[in-house]
Amino acid sequence: MYNPDQILSNNSGSKVPPLEGFREAYILHLADTTLILSQRNSEWCGHGPVLEQDIAITNISLDLLGQSRNFYQYAAQLINDSNRVGGEVTEDKLAYLRKEREFKNLLLVEQQNGDWGQTILRQYLFSQYQYLLFEKLQQSSDEQLAAIAAKSLKETKYHVRWSSEWVIRLGDGTEESHSRMQQAITELWPYTGEMFEPADYEIAFGIDLLSIKNSWDEKVKNIFDEAMLPIPPLGGGGAVFMQSGGKEGRHTEQLGYIITELQYMQRTYPDSEW
Amino acid sequence: MAIPDFEKIFQGKIDEEIKIEPKDWMPDAYRKTNLRQISQHAHSEIVGMLPEGNWISRAPSLKRKAILLAKVQDEAGHGLYLYSAAETLGMNRDEMINDLHSGKAKYSSIFNYPTLTWADMGAVGWLVDGAAILNQVMLCRTSYGPYARAMVRICKEESFHQRQGFESLLVLSRGTDEQKAMCQDAINRWWWPSLMMFGPKDSESTNSDQSMKWKIKRKTNDELRQQFVDMIAEQIKVLGMKLPDDKLKWNEERKHYDFGEINWDEFWQVVKGNGPCNKQRLEARRKAHEDGAWVREAAVAYASKKNAAKTKAA
Repeated sequence: MYNPDQILSNNSGSKVPPLEGFREAYILHLADTTLILSQRNSEWCGHGPVLEQDIAITNISLDLLGQSRNFYQYAAQLINDSNRVGGEVTEDKLAYLRKEREFKNLLLVEQQNGDWGQTILRQYLFSQYQYLLFEKLQQSSDEQLAAIAAKSLKETKYHVRWSSEWVIRLGDGTEESHSRMQQAITELWPYTGEMFEPADYEIAFGIDLLSIKNSWDEKVKNIFDEAMLPIPPLGGGGAVFMQSGGKEGRHTEQLGYIITELQYMQRTYPDSEW
Repeated sequence: MAIPDFEKIFQGKIDEEIKIEPKDWMPDAYRKTNLRQISQHAHSEIVGMLPEGNWISRAPSLKRKAILLAKVQDEAGHGLYLYSAAETLGMNRDEMINDLHSGKAKYSSIFNYPTLTWADMGAVGWLVDGAAILNQVMLCRTSYGPYARAMVRICKEESFHQRQGFESLLVLSRGTDEQKAMCQDAINRWWWPSLMMFGPKDSESTNSDQSMKWKIKRKTNDELRQQFVDMIAEQIKVLGMKLPDDKLKWNEERKHYDFGEINWDEFWQVVKGNGPCNKQRLEARRKAHEDGAWVREAAVAYASKKNAAKTKAA
C-alpha cells in the first residue's frame, strides 16, 4: 500500500538513499536536533544584547555544531559500513541533502529565536533534557555513541548553567523581563512534551525517557521557582496540549525555511568541494 | 622648586621605547588620539561581525560553518579586548557605543561593502584581514601599553584567519568553473576597498606626523599599502587569479609593485556614510542595542536585588 509517511521519511527520491536502521535513525535524530539548534542560535551572532552574551550564545552554537558533526560522522560511518548505499555518505550529505520530512529534530529547537528571553528559555529547556539524556547515553553499550555523549556532557553542563542563570535573572529581574519570560513559556511549553514521547527508534534503542522526564520535571521546577516563574500545569484538565511529530519528520512550518537557508549552497552548486 | 617638564619626560619615554601606561602623565592630544583610534578599532571589530555573520546560516559545509562561526566570535572577543584597552583612557564602553550609534565615532569603511557570495568570506579573510594584519603587526609595538598588548593577542588570531581565508579561496580556485568565477568576482570587488583600508595618501593624511612622533604609528599609510600590494601580488599567483588593476607591475628599480590610482572619490563617499551598506550596518548595531535594553536592565535589577539581599544577610 502507498504510504507517503514512510516514503517521505525514508529518504526515497533523495540524494541520500534509504538508511533506516534504528541505530542510524536515532543518531540522525541527535544530529539533526543539535544542528538545527546551532543554526538557530547562530542567528544571534553579531546581534546579541551585550557583547559578552553574543560571545556566549555563539559559543553554545559552536558546541552544538561540533556535537552534530560528531553524530553525523558516526551516522555516515554506520551507513557506509552497512553497504546499503552506493557511493559514500558524508556528514555534509546528511546535513545538506536530506529534505524537510527526513529531518528528525525536536520541534522545540526549530522554533524562532523570538526575543532573548525566548532564546535562553529554549536553550534551558533543551539543555536540561540533553544533559539528563547524555548522562544516560554515556553508559550506552554503543561505544561510539557513549564517547560522543561523554565528551558533549561537559559542554552541556555549561549550557545548563548559563541558560538557567539567565532564566532566573530574567524571571526575577524587572516587571518587563518577568512578563516576557511568561510569554516565552507560553510559546515554548507546548513543544516540551515531545522530548519524552519515544519514537520507534528510541524504543528500539532502549532509551528510558520516563526516568529522564521525572528528573527534568524536578529540575525545571526548581529553576522556575527560583526565577519566580509558574510551571504550566503538568496534568489534568488545565494541562497544556503538547505538539509532536518532529522525531518522525513532521515539523512545524519553521523547518522548511531553516533548511532552505542551510542547504542553499549545496543545492545550488551540487557536487562541489568547499 | 623646579617644575618637572612632563612633556619632556613623556617624549623621553617614547624615544627610549618605554610603554606609556594608563596612570602615566600624557599630553591630552595623545590620550585623545589613542582613544579615538582604539575605540574606532573596537567598533570595527564589532561592525565587522555583520558582513561575515551574513553567511553563517548559508555556509556550504559543516566544517566551513564551524570555521566561520569561530572567526566571527573571535572578532567579538577582539572587540572586548579593545574596548577594555580604550576604557583605560577614561571613557566607558557605553559612551563609546553611543558614539558609534550616533555616528560620532567611525569604524573601518571596509565593512560598508556587502558580502554577496560565499567567495566573499574567503576574500574578506585573505584581503581584508591581510590588510588589517599589516597595520596590527605595526601596532604590537605602539607606544601605549594596553593597546600594544591587546594587539599581540589579536595578531595571533588574525593571521590564522587570513590563512583560513586564503585556503578557502584556494579550494574555489581549484574547483568548478562557477567556483573559479565566484572567486575572481570576489577578488575584483574586494581589492580596491582593501587598498583603501590604509587610509588617505601620506600627503593628505592629517594625523600622521604627530602619530609617528608619538610612535602610535610606526609606518605611514603609503608604506603599509605598498607592503600589502607587494604581498598580495605574489600570493595571488598561487590562486591563478588576477588583481583588477592594469597598472599592477613589478618595478625592478623600486623593488616594489607599481599599482593604479585608488578611486578617492569613492573612498570619501563611503567615509561620509554613502557606501553601499553604511545605513544597514549602523541600523543593525542600533537595533541589537535597543532590542537588548530590557535584557541589560533586567540583569542590573537582578544583580542589585541579590546584592541587597547579601548586604542584609551580612
